[in-house]
Amino acid sequence: MHAFIQYIQSYLDSNQTPGAAGNVFWAFIYILLVFVGLSVAVIAMNWLERKILAHMQVRLGPMRVGPHGLLQPIADALKLLIKEDIMPAEADGFVFWVAPFIVVLAAFTVFVVVPFGPTHAITDMNIGILFMLGVSSLSVLGIVMAGWASNSHYPLIGALRSSAQMVSYEVAMGLAVVSAILMTSLNEQGTGTLSMIGIVQAQQTQGMWFIFKFFPLGLIAFFIFAVAMIAETNRAPFDLPEAESELTAGFHTEYSGFRWSLFFLAEYSAMIAVSSIAVTLWLGGWLRPFPNFLTGPTWDLVFSLFPGFTFLFLAGMCFYSTARMPKHPLFRIQTMGLAGFGAALALIGLVLFHPQVRLRIEDIYWFCAKVAAFMYLYIWYRGTFPRYRFDQLMKVGWKILLPMGLGVLILTATVGLWPLIKQTIWHP
Amino acid sequence: MAPVATPFFFYLLSGTMLIGGILVITRKNAVHSALALIVTLLAQAAIYLMLYAPFVAGVQIILYAGGIMVLFLFVIMLVSIERTMKERQFNKQWLVGIAAAGALGGLFMAVYTKGKGIFPEHALPTAEAQNTQAVGSLLYGQYMFAFEIASLLLLVAIIGAVVMAKKRI
Repeated sequence: MHAFIQYIQSYLDSNQTPGAAGNVFWAFIYILLVFVGLSVAVIAMNWLERKILAHMQVRLGPMRVGPHGLLQPIADALKLLIKEDIMPAEADGFVFWVAPFIVVLAAFTVFVVVPFGPTHAITDMNIGILFMLGVSSLSVLGIVMAGWASNSHYPLIGALRSSAQMVSYEVAMGLAVVSAILMTSLNEQGTGTLSMIGIVQAQQTQGMWFIFKFFPLGLIAFFIFAVAMIAETNRAPFDLPEAESELTAGFHTEYSGFRWSLFFLAEYSAMIAVSSIAVTLWLGGWLRPFPNFLTGPTWDLVFSLFPGFTFLFLAGMCFYSTARMPKHPLFRIQTMGLAGFGAALALIGLVLFHPQVRLRIEDIYWFCAKVAAFMYLYIWYRGTFPRYRFDQLMKVGWKILLPMGLGVLILTATVGLWPLIKQTIWHP
Repeated sequence: MAPVATPFFFYLLSGTMLIGGILVITRKNAVHSALALIVTLLAQAAIYLMLYAPFVAGVQIILYAGGIMVLFLFVIMLVSIERTMKERQFNKQWLVGIAAAGALGGLFMAVYTKGKGIFPEHALPTAEAQNTQAVGSLLYGQYMFAFEIASLLLLVAIIGAVVMAKKRI
């Protein structure tokens, strides 16, 4: 027993990820935490998307189940679990059965290398970003399998569209990623890194997020990635694989109940995964804003109070809504529930002010805040952009993003090597 | 760090590869063959990981996931599943097959019994933490010429594809 406690303690003293320290216990804890956090994020995202879209269209959105529809996602999940699971008679049984699991596995496995902080990642791989891109590209396989195995026309067309779209946009995406990785090699040794933690540390040592590096080259590469990642995750305005006006529901038309909810889960966790790639490569990962302008202990303190204040703000919103609830006996339980939720949020906020907690949680907070901004952008795009036609989508991919990506890659390499080039030309 | 290259994983992964490979040639449905092929290739990527070559493993996953994707589309668009179900699957070339298998087996036996001089005395030092960097500096340093020739070959293939696909240039 004592040895076991020592085994657990030994990791807390070390300054590594659990994977690098080889500590199985803490790796398991981290995996559990990431899994639970991801599931909660998907549930929250489900509610937020419906709510924000509704407000953009001057509607109220879900209002019935729980105060302001807060319990709606849970009700939906229960409904999906109870719903009958239908398999078409002419479907290819095994492929139909295995396809949603492949999509979910690919979407969840990539989180092994996502760096929530310098030590807050399940593990750090030498090939981090390559692993993320490779495993997330496996999910298209599940989509095509689902579309083909349904043995029906709409799913098949949706799956073919999805694969054509992914193959096209992966090229531009890869070029943008390579130009960001080139920037990590601007140090004394001249060797870059593919490891996710290494990329953020490179931004830390260069004192600059890569989005501002070689302005505007970093910004353009980020823009290419930001467009390609929406196409990769099949979201509006690139959601042709599930264009409901033409294909009912695209590749998952024939799926129902639990298996449909797996596709749903995979779509949202893939969105979080590609957003965290973008945050790691261009937006400084876990680094707080302005790490090199607003320095000093005062600013450190101010920025480390942000997590607590965020939760206190959410709690304040809850209390405000509690005060505005209808004063009718039928709403008593809802009002009490909302007040309790607000109290829980306020309690979490107060805990986050404790210095020990504050220091450990700060990097995770900034990473999640940046990813959350991307998730809001996803909803915003869906609310504002009309859907592309398929030939327009291909044109954007091959004729605009790909040449831009090639140009940015060459220019980044040239600017990075400029001191060396200058030296050889003027001082032979 | 504890070694992951235990015999258990080697036998597990190579067993998966063998079963996948057999399924590729015995399935009548071409889509199932493509799926078995990707299982084989993923197990191969895992074996690369086990041999402390993470970069090769990552590239294997990325390239073959895309490659199998395209194969999948070819199967869906070009092969009629109903017709292939009725077709005879194997040709009568078993004599040649046995000869080729015997030759390969003989080669393996020869290497196993007399191949002591071919392999290095000790296991090579594993450079897992710097694997990508080592591959990069070798490719762009020592083997620059071969690398450029390979990329030229790919360029010729791209131009060829465009010429074949386009009616009027």
